[in-house]
Amino acid sequence: MLAYIIRRTLYAIPILIGVNLLTFVLFFVVNTPDDVARMHLGAKRVTPEAIEQWKQEHGYDQPLLYNRKASGVAKVTDTIFYNKSMRLFAFDFGSSDAGRDIGEDISQRMWPSLAIALPTLLIGLLVNISFSMLLAFFRGTYLDLSGVMLAVVLMSVSSLFYIIGGQYLFSKLLHLVPVSGYESGMQAWRFVLLPVAIGVFSGIGAGSRWYRTFFLEEVNRDYVRTARAKGLPEARLLFRHVLRNAMVPILTGIVVILPTLFMGSLIMESFFGIPGLGSYTIEAIQTQDFAIVRAMVFLGSVLYILGLLLTDISYTLVDPRIRLS
Amino acid sequence: MIQHVFLWTDTLIFILLVAVLGFAWFARNKEHLRAPWREVVRSRMAVASLVVLSIYTITGLLDSVHFRKALPTQEGQQEVQYSGDVLSVLDTLLGPMRTQDEKTYSAPFAAYLYARETVTGADGEKLRIFPRLEYGGAGLTDPATQKGADIARRTVTALAEAVAVLLLLYGMLGLRLASKWRQSWMSALGAIAKGTSDVPWRTALLTLGVFVLLIALVVNLSGAYHLLGTDKVGQDVLYQTIKSIRTGLVIGTLTTLVMLPFAVFLGMMAGYFRGWVDDVIQYIYTTLNSIPGVLLIAAAVMMMQVYVANHPELFETMAERADIRLLFLVLILGITSWTGLCRLLRGETLKLRELDYVQAADAFGVAKSSILVRHLLPNLMHLVMIAVVLDFSGLVLAEAVLSYVGVGVDPTTQSWGNMINRARLEMAREPMVWWSLLASFSFMFTLVLAANLFSDVVRDAFDPRLRAQR
Amino acid sequence: MRAPDLLFNRSIPFVKWMLFIVTVLATVACSDQPWNSPYPPDQAGQNILYSSFASRPNHLDPARSYASNEVVFNGQIYEPPLQYHFLKRPYQLEPLTATRMPEAYYLDEAGQRLPDGAGEEEIAYSVYDIEIQKGIRYQPHPAFAKDKRGRYLYHALREQDLDSVTTLSDFHETGSRELVAADYVYQIKRLAHPRLNSPIFGLMSEYIVGLKDYAATLKQVLEEEGTEASQPRYLNLADYPLAGAQVLDRYRYRIKVRGKYPQFQYWLAMPFFAPLPWEADLFYSQPGMKERNITLDWYPVGTGPYMLTVNNPNRQMVLERNPNFRGELYPREGGPGDAQAGFLEDAGQRMPFIDKVVYSLEKEAIPTWNKFLQGYYDVSGISSDSFDQAVQIGSGGDIALTPEMRDKGIHLNTAVSTSIFYMGFNMLDPVVGGDSKRARLLRRALSIAMDYEEYISIFRNGRGIPAQSPLPPGIFGFIDGREGVNTYLYDWTAQGPQRKPIAEARRLLAEAGYPNGRNVATGKPLVLYFDTTGGTPDSSAQQNWIRKQFAKLDIQLQIRNTDYNRFQDKMLKGTAQIFQWGWNADYPDPENFLFLLYGKNGKVEHNGENAANYKNEEFDRLFEQMKNMKNGPGRQTVINRMVEILRKDAPWVFGFHPKDFVLYHDWYHNAKSNLMANNTLKYKRIDPQLRERQREAWNHPVVWPLGLILLLLVVSVIPAYIGYRRHERQQGRAVNS
Repeated sequence: MLAYIIRRTLYAIPILIGVNLLTFVLFFVVNTPDDVARMHLGAKRVTPEAIEQWKQEHGYDQPLLYNRKASGVAKVTDTIFYNKSMRLFAFDFGSSDAGRDIGEDISQRMWPSLAIALPTLLIGLLVNISFSMLLAFFRGTYLDLSGVMLAVVLMSVSSLFYIIGGQYLFSKLLHLVPVSGYESGMQAWRFVLLPVAIGVFSGIGAGSRWYRTFFLEEVNRDYVRTARAKGLPEARLLFRHVLRNAMVPILTGIVVILPTLFMGSLIMESFFGIPGLGSYTIEAIQTQDFAIVRAMVFLGSVLYILGLLLTDISYTLVDPRIRLS
Repeated sequence: MIQHVFLWTDTLIFILLVAVLGFAWFARNKEHLRAPWREVVRSRMAVASLVVLSIYTITGLLDSVHFRKALPTQEGQQEVQYSGDVLSVLDTLLGPMRTQDEKTYSAPFAAYLYARETVTGADGEKLRIFPRLEYGGAGLTDPATQKGADIARRTVTALAEAVAVLLLLYGMLGLRLASKWRQSWMSALGAIAKGTSDVPWRTALLTLGVFVLLIALVVNLSGAYHLLGTDKVGQDVLYQTIKSIRTGLVIGTLTTLVMLPFAVFLGMMAGYFRGWVDDVIQYIYTTLNSIPGVLLIAAAVMMMQVYVANHPELFETMAERADIRLLFLVLILGITSWTGLCRLLRGETLKLRELDYVQAADAFGVAKSSILVRHLLPNLMHLVMIAVVLDFSGLVLAEAVLSYVGVGVDPTTQSWGNMINRARLEMAREPMVWWSLLASFSFMFTLVLAANLFSDVVRDAFDPRLRAQR
Repeated sequence: MRAPDLLFNRSIPFVKWMLFIVTVLATVACSDQPWNSPYPPDQAGQNILYSSFASRPNHLDPARSYASNEVVFNGQIYEPPLQYHFLKRPYQLEPLTATRMPEAYYLDEAGQRLPDGAGEEEIAYSVYDIEIQKGIRYQPHPAFAKDKRGRYLYHALREQDLDSVTTLSDFHETGSRELVAADYVYQIKRLAHPRLNSPIFGLMSEYIVGLKDYAATLKQVLEEEGTEASQPRYLNLADYPLAGAQVLDRYRYRIKVRGKYPQFQYWLAMPFFAPLPWEADLFYSQPGMKERNITLDWYPVGTGPYMLTVNNPNRQMVLERNPNFRGELYPREGGPGDAQAGFLEDAGQRMPFIDKVVYSLEKEAIPTWNKFLQGYYDVSGISSDSFDQAVQIGSGGDIALTPEMRDKGIHLNTAVSTSIFYMGFNMLDPVVGGDSKRARLLRRALSIAMDYEEYISIFRNGRGIPAQSPLPPGIFGFIDGREGVNTYLYDWTAQGPQRKPIAEARRLLAEAGYPNGRNVATGKPLVLYFDTTGGTPDSSAQQNWIRKQFAKLDIQLQIRNTDYNRFQDKMLKGTAQIFQWGWNADYPDPENFLFLLYGKNGKVEHNGENAANYKNEEFDRLFEQMKNMKNGPGRQTVINRMVEILRKDAPWVFGFHPKDFVLYHDWYHNAKSNLMANNTLKYKRIDPQLRERQREAWNHPVVWPLGLILLLLVVSVIPAYIGYRRHERQQGRAVNS
């Protein structure tokens, strides 16, 4: 097990280098360092000297990937890529192009993201499982059919509608929750309520339909049939046996996204003015702050790889027959 | 005189069409390929959705034949000159809807503008009134009293036409089925009406009837009114929504076309050869998967913009410019979405390669390529089919979100995402402008719902595990 | 029968949850603020102004900040020697920290003082002697903190001293000191600091004597030291003299400017020329500070009425009253009508009135607007689509609030802003550019076709006036009424200017050689290109509209959408053809607008602000003449001639001057718009009690729909329950049989 984890961790290194390289290339194919400098210096009265100065100050005056002028190892190390991207492996995010420490910002902004993402996930799980179990219980009846139809209808609505509609109804008309904003500490729940509710609601369609198939698969297994033949009430059967076994694919499906919860939701955070990591990323893309984009992509891929690893481990915990090698 | 214009996406759409038709021809006599489809068309839900999807597809195809009209020749002109406006067959069909622009917002069926304007009265006095529309309800002298009757009259005409067309279709279908079933015409008609036929023709006809009615309404009313109002610069909203169909379909289908070869080829390679091939392919998709999709898409769209900005001579018209952006979006969506299917196929291939008949083929020295194509591929097709159909609706919805983030299709392309994005601001107006949102929402919802329902049935029909259960 | 039993068991947690929710809601209901308040309950009733910011300010260092979202803060914190009078129009400068308005006197090449009426060619230097008031003190700041023996507490910190420090407030001791003239000189020297990249260095080095060499000197010093470019390094600028800025005594300093530059005094009202204490510079340049985001860009130090106490660009920025502020008095006199409008109610009172200002991050326009309507923002920002809800254009084109807004006690202020949005033709382009008659007629035809009256009514809901020249109203040189009309595009009628009919544009087009939009010789359709940056939801509608305008002349307009960087690139290389751009005045002087078309400011050639690359010898000559003239009939004549040249050549379609609409609630006072002054916060006053009452009245939570939803859920469960019962019974029967 330990050997497996170590091997997978080592395996992550080339992936992360690849991710870094790709982000770097994609970003700089589009924006030259001059563009970045101009973006940060503003629109009015920018001189070429100021651009040169800015590049020098922020370390963008070197070649991008390969330094012809340097010799030996320095050909690779005296480049923007090496100096900017390789530091990430020590989780040293450096400071953003606008001059703020990125690590500090991330540690501040991940909490609001979590405050939205975690309840959405948990409540969503609860709601989806109950709904899909209901459908599984009434499988083949009109109730099941209309439930599936409802799920499809819910799925067919763009997530933007849920947000626009929810804000309009609950904040503007009913005055129940603040329109947008965020407050840390105990007051946070008032701001989190609506985004979480919308997140859960918009996820019901896809989630419950997906879980329903898991339940149906379990329901048709032999042991369930045997139990039913023995006269076990259907409800208890569902709760005792089917739920427990269907939870395995559901939970292992969730483990992979657990670490990425930190990254937050791009659209939800922008609409509700939540200062999380999702809106942080969007802002960075819009203001072309490469340092932040790079850091967030790196963080995202680390968390994703962590999620894959956790999934593998959770398989072994759930099913002792699987052994990692 | 017209000059044909082949946009990139047009070409791809027709390649896709040929491929689908070719597959259908190929599968015509193969029972194992036909069987699941036969099951699909037995479901009422599937048939209804299929009708909806076909109507959308036909609209999209009509909108994919582009041309430029020649300008009238003038004195001393040497060669024929073509207009810079790229039109499609659909544009000519929709005729007046495209050209009858008002000044700004007007509500559905309105005869007046939605915003007040200052006009100078006969006695030189300035008045703030809602001016009459240039085209909407233009034939009426007094809209307040005549509009209702006019609309009713046109609606009745449309209804009559629709019923006539529907009866005609019913009769023709009866004839066709009667010869097929070797029954009398009347009994075939009866079977359809009672819904006792194997394929639920009644459902198909009724769904079709709804659309025939809608089309009849559009034909009868759209010349005289803006059925779904006009937008900020006075363009017909119905026209925009109909034009958006093509964009939605392109993103939903071409993306899959782009990603399929990668996913299938690489997935099978990884699963079958294992070893370093597997390692490399796994490395590629894990790396691609780890980068947030929005970022990749944003980068690709911007790359394309840089390319277009540096090569203005390659993209003469705006349509070509917008089309190349759409193509890029499709490409990059394909790149970000092939990894899921690829992983699925790899896993399945890993299982299949251990099966006896594959092992046997291997032992007999059958070429590897032929094992892949003859033995593995057919057994993976159901996975591919399910993935294609499931992805479709997700991609159509994704377009709207991408437009919100600002990395969607070109702002000049008609698309539901762009319309929804604009509608965000319109919702905050007072009085509210709701028709753009409603129009794009209902058109998109119909398509996505139909696709979802259809995909449900397709999945049930193709998934061997589910098939075994029944 | 197990079922009811089971249901009951399951319902216990449900009941518990409901109880919990009810308790939570009850506790909220008990706290006396509305449920949807986005602020903490303890702020209720306080003298706090609430506002928002859309993007975080990049620079708060007065030498670097130039953007409008930065000056919102810097204007309240830093005090340059001059300011604009809050009420008087046309805009007028008055002393802020200076004792009186500085009068320039002139020197010749040899440094001899010239008599007052000396001719322009003799003047080699202008000199400004500025005297500041005594007793002005800086805000409390750790950079000034001293121990009992008078040594600075935080000036020799080592890295490890900062271990427990994350924000500025982690330094517990603070101090202050009196403002001296040397601080002003210090800041002028900072403009040349090579590590600061001041955006006005390029411009100022042309004027302030010795500034360019000064930058070179500093650069050399820094290079000799060899510190890393990214590391801050304190240079005691007092050790390096600058000829153009000298301390005369404790309260007086002198600025020496090359030639005659009357616009210089406007610069003296901007934070670029605010004082900066050397202590702050030294404090922030200590090792480890930058890593903790403790820099001048984040924590400004000033003498103004407010100081920045919270700077969390992720969420909130807070300005609080500076306890050391000397207490300026509200102006006693204003313009005509100000007394009736209530702008003089506070005359002679000590400012500032508001204790604290909370700026919250707000990315989306619609939530911001909704919060304003709910009373959670006191003033609603600048234009957006939401304003249709508030504003009604009355008969006769006058603008009024909708009844809904008036019922809420919301007020409206309008002012034509000192900016212009124009459509420019790239004069280097072979089709639309150049000095030929063909191109000129084409440009004029397009100028007629671009119906900006319609644009303003569709896209700005009437919030703007069509421009007749580059000069907006409120700037010297602007002429109202019949005399000021661009006769190339407009006919004068009894109702005012009337855009010439499209037939006239078609005639011009035909004369230019494109009858019906087609080349007269080849029949080729005329295709023009519009270069722009798309992206916002509104931009596609605008682009469609522009296409419609060109289509009126049968000209096909192809839109070339690109990102902002590429657009900048095209402008710099001069490959764009037609573009839209805007300019917001730095100061109220015609020079600041007409220089946008001055040949030596050409974008391609000189990297200047003349984006159209317009070059006309006569115009340039007149510009040089007009630049240094005093406002008066002579200057007006020159400006009229310049404007006439522009109208004839039409390098721009003059577009429009936007009108700023400011909406504010009843409890907000002294709201007069002042588009030049950036330090207006101190004049504002609010009535927190009234606000509290109104917020409660407007935000009663409506709970019954929640009950309805709950009821619906219960109702929808009933068939499920019945189904369940039936199922159980059937199964029971099956087992029994």
